Amino acid sequence: MLRFILMRLGKAAIILIAIMTLNFFLIHAAPGDPAAVMAGEAGAADAKFIAQLREQFGLDKPLLVQLGIYLKGVLQFDLGFSYRQQMPVSQLILDRLPATLLLTMTAFVISLLLGTMAGVLASARVGKWSDTAISSLALLFYATPLYWAALMAVLLFSVYFNWLPGFGYETVGANYTGLARALDIGRHLILPATTLGLFFMAVYMRMTRASMLEVSQLDFVKTARAKGLKSSIIQRRHIFRNAMLPVVTLAGLQAGQLVGGAVLTETVFAWPGIGRLMFEALAQRDYNLLLGVFFVSAAMVLLFNLITDILYRFVDPRIRVA
Amino acid sequence: MADFWKRFSRNRGAVIGIIILAIVVLVAVLAPLLFPQSPWRMVQRPFLPPLAMEQYPLGTDALGRNVISGLAYGAQVSLLVGLVSTVAALLIGIPIGALAGYFGGWVDDALMRFTEFFQTVPSFALAIVLVAIFEPSIQSIIAAIAIVSWPPVARLVRGEVMSLRSREYVEAAILSGQTNLTIILRQVLPNTLSPIIVLASLMVATAILLESSLSFLGLGDPNMMSWGYMIGAARTVIRQAWWLSFFPGVAILLTVLALNLIGEGLNDALNPRLARRGK
Repeated sequence: MLRFILMRLGKAAIILIAIMTLNFFLIHAAPGDPAAVMAGEAGAADAKFIAQLREQFGLDKPLLVQLGIYLKGVLQFDLGFSYRQQMPVSQLILDRLPATLLLTMTAFVISLLLGTMAGVLASARVGKWSDTAISSLALLFYATPLYWAALMAVLLFSVYFNWLPGFGYETVGANYTGLARALDIGRHLILPATTLGLFFMAVYMRMTRASMLEVSQLDFVKTARAKGLKSSIIQRRHIFRNAMLPVVTLAGLQAGQLVGGAVLTETVFAWPGIGRLMFEALAQRDYNLLLGVFFVSAAMVLLFNLITDILYRFVDPRIRVA
Repeated sequence: MADFWKRFSRNRGAVIGIIILAIVVLVAVLAPLLFPQSPWRMVQRPFLPPLAMEQYPLGTDALGRNVISGLAYGAQVSLLVGLVSTVAALLIGIPIGALAGYFGGWVDDALMRFTEFFQTVPSFALAIVLVAIFEPSIQSIIAAIAIVSWPPVARLVRGEVMSLRSREYVEAAILSGQTNLTIILRQVLPNTLSPIIVLASLMVATAILLESSLSFLGLGDPNMMSWGYMIGAARTVIRQAWWLSFFPGVAILLTVLALNLIGEGLNDALNPRLARRGK
């Protein structure tokens, strides 16, 4: 097991270095002077800062030396300086990371729980109206643009019904503490997390339904029925546990979608996470910050994939060496 | 062919999908005739609600532009980007998958590590970075979407080619002295066409969603009216003018839904043995 984890860590490290290299070449491939690209929109930064960047990144040296300097910096978690926000990029990201982790993890749990539950329900009632309803809903969620669902949720639940806050992380100026604050954040979390999880909720529904139906045709299930086991036990112990395997694989894929989706959701809900930070970086053409957020999101996805890989080995005893 | 249509039309959803998509295509093609004026032009007072004036059934936006005209021109962008970026992704993914599957060994290893890299990187975030750095334009958007969406094609083609590689007819072709390129192009790839077509129809849908999301964030082509841009521009005025974000969203939803339904129908029609599995 330890060897497996070490191997996966090594692989993740290689991918991270590849992403840094990609970032480095993107800065150089962009139209214009790399120093100006790093500083933000050309002309926005003063000459002194540009000169400083030139020296720091050795921009007059050969490309490979520059790459070395850049990689060394990133490995020390020095992602450069955001000229626009007057703060180190790594500090900006660290400040915003907790909000994004809270949002994406909640979205993950909501989509996984509701998605698999609905999928199991639909598979148990194949062809009945509840199956049709769930399957149609899944098709609809599958085709809905994330940011539009978010806007419509604000319109319906926040503006029209006034049930839930549709803006921000907590009530500004309320100064709640302890449990009251947690509840307040929780209320602010419902709409963003649900809309962010919507797409994968649909994916889990469809996958669980199909997988449950497929497993229920297998021989060992027939044997269990022939033995006279209660059908609820067969559903739970024989079908569900085996049907969950492809679903766990999907969970790894969802990480990437959550991180990308967070840019849209956080923009709509003014959620103070790294997705919103990416949107701000876009609006201000702060490329260094943009690439920094991109790097950290990729690292988050790698970490999540690592965790699901390890979990998968616990769920499926058949896999011992990946 | 008749057989294909019979199987395809047995899927009711797929037929509905074809009808919706046909309408979207028709609107996109006829947009310049239906709305001769540029969709960027101010035609009435701002924030005219839907159904208030007959000429502007879906109202006007914050700058007094005709919403329904924007929708029609937006259909052009969505379909264009969806189609071209999918073709581009196929042009990257098919050769990589075919080479990896056909030659195996270290070629396969190297190409699959490369593919894995692109699968691990969060695709939407990468697309944002690419479009932002190379300046938003229809070309950079198409390129970015193609770059983030080819890996599933490569994986699919690789798997198919690997299983075909060991068939007797391919071995016969090798023995008859055909070159590797001829074998891949003439013998192997044509047999992988059905699953590629199904995947491609779903990729067009994903590409349309991606384009609209990029435009929503302000990364659309500044010279082309698109659905995502319309919603993005309406985001801050959603409390005053719901219709500005509602209608373009419905347009995206219906188009993407139609393509997904068509994909399922194609799957039924082209892979009849697989299609009914689990149903």
